[in-house]
Amino acid sequence: MLRAVIGRDLRLAMRRQADIVAAMFFFIIVVSLFPLGVGPEPDQLRRMAPGVLWVAALLATMLSLPRLFADDHRDGTLEQLALAPQPLGLIVLGKVIAHWLVAGLPLVILAPVLGIQFDLSRDALAVLTVSLLIGTPALSGIGAIGAALTLGVRGGGVLLSLLVLPLYIPVLIFGAGAVDATVSGLGPQAHLSLLGALALGGVFFAPWPTAAALRVALE
Amino acid sequence: MTDRVINWFKYASPQTFYPLAGKLIPWFWALAALFGIAGLAIGFLIAPTDAQQGEGYRIIFLHVPASWMSMFIYLVMAFWAGIGLAFNIRLSGMMASALAPTGALFAFLSLWTGALWGKPMWGTWWVWDARLTSELILLFLYIGFIALQAAIDDPRRADKAGAILALVGVVNIPIIYFSVKWWNTLHQGASVSLTKAPSMAAMMLWGMLLCALACWMYSIAIALMRVRTIMLERERHTDWVRELLDEKG
Repeated sequence: MLRAVIGRDLRLAMRRQADIVAAMFFFIIVVSLFPLGVGPEPDQLRRMAPGVLWVAALLATMLSLPRLFADDHRDGTLEQLALAPQPLGLIVLGKVIAHWLVAGLPLVILAPVLGIQFDLSRDALAVLTVSLLIGTPALSGIGAIGAALTLGVRGGGVLLSLLVLPLYIPVLIFGAGAVDATVSGLGPQAHLSLLGALALGGVFFAPWPTAAALRVALE
Repeated sequence: MTDRVINWFKYASPQTFYPLAGKLIPWFWALAALFGIAGLAIGFLIAPTDAQQGEGYRIIFLHVPASWMSMFIYLVMAFWAGIGLAFNIRLSGMMASALAPTGALFAFLSLWTGALWGKPMWGTWWVWDARLTSELILLFLYIGFIALQAAIDDPRRADKAGAILALVGVVNIPIIYFSVKWWNTLHQGASVSLTKAPSMAAMMLWGMLLCALACWMYSIAIALMRVRTIMLERERHTDWVRELLDEKG
């Protein structure tokens, strides 16, 4: 069941590659704006890089969240999924995993390339990639709650960011903190462990409130 | 037999709760004024000047109660929201949405008074310290809750969606409360705790507790006033509201 949902969502996303590419370019553009805005001194850029890349990753994830349920809601698929004998939480988990593969994983792959623009050292680049790899599933999981709550609500996009971004703050702090700790010579272990805990907790628990919110939206 | 059993759910219906709330509100206002005057009098006139911080410390008589209330109201709000979600009681959802603006007010006050205190003591209005940041997140959570409820037209759906958000946000409360213990940052540790003697003079403690009580009474009074308005608005199609409005003319 899980595999069927993931496969279906991936196939749908592949038929609409423009969406994925748009979110990736959004990520690239936001990250590139910062050196233009604050000036190109390498020292300053190196210090800012973890935060900038992480904030851009949050925003890029946000951008793709509304599509998580909106299309299925519009054509009635979501109601059929809610009626399925399998628990709705499991279906949501499948959609979250598919969302991460489509929206999170590309960011992880792009991040080291963008990190080079900020003159990050090799260790810092590695930690940045690992922290994004661990952290982005949490973003997809927590974001699903917001996407479900704002489903079919007027002004949903803005509202979604208002609801989800505060909940993203811990992920941001520990994700960017891991890279900062590497740059300043402390080990990234502690931050990465906390980030891993957040990701596991987020992906494991988020499907329940998401499923509950979907049922409210479908009433 | 049935009429001898206490009906625990009597006041769970807006129709019976409305007059009860109306009767209680003046009492809570009176208590709020009483505790407020007593607390401020002790705080500003009687309590001794702090040895290290001088007169500036007196802001804690508002700051600490406001911080407590901002966290506590969120818990109460989430509690009512959870009850409403689990048992489908209309009044619980109304209570939750009535509490949210007061909670947001206290979270804002807590940040504001903290900034006023921080400027003379730390030399800065704001630091990105764990407790300040998590209190700011709490304010955002309140605003998100209010915005979500405002965006959904159907009040029943708004209640349920808000309830889910409120319950998800509860995770933040222990983080705020223990942040000064977990991360050793600029904000000092708790001055009052249940397990050991408080690290302040008795008069200061009394002033603070009285102010906290005043904030409690104020919150209850204002939440009841707001819930009465919400009840009238949502139940406007029912007979009891129509009768009530007819009586008043």
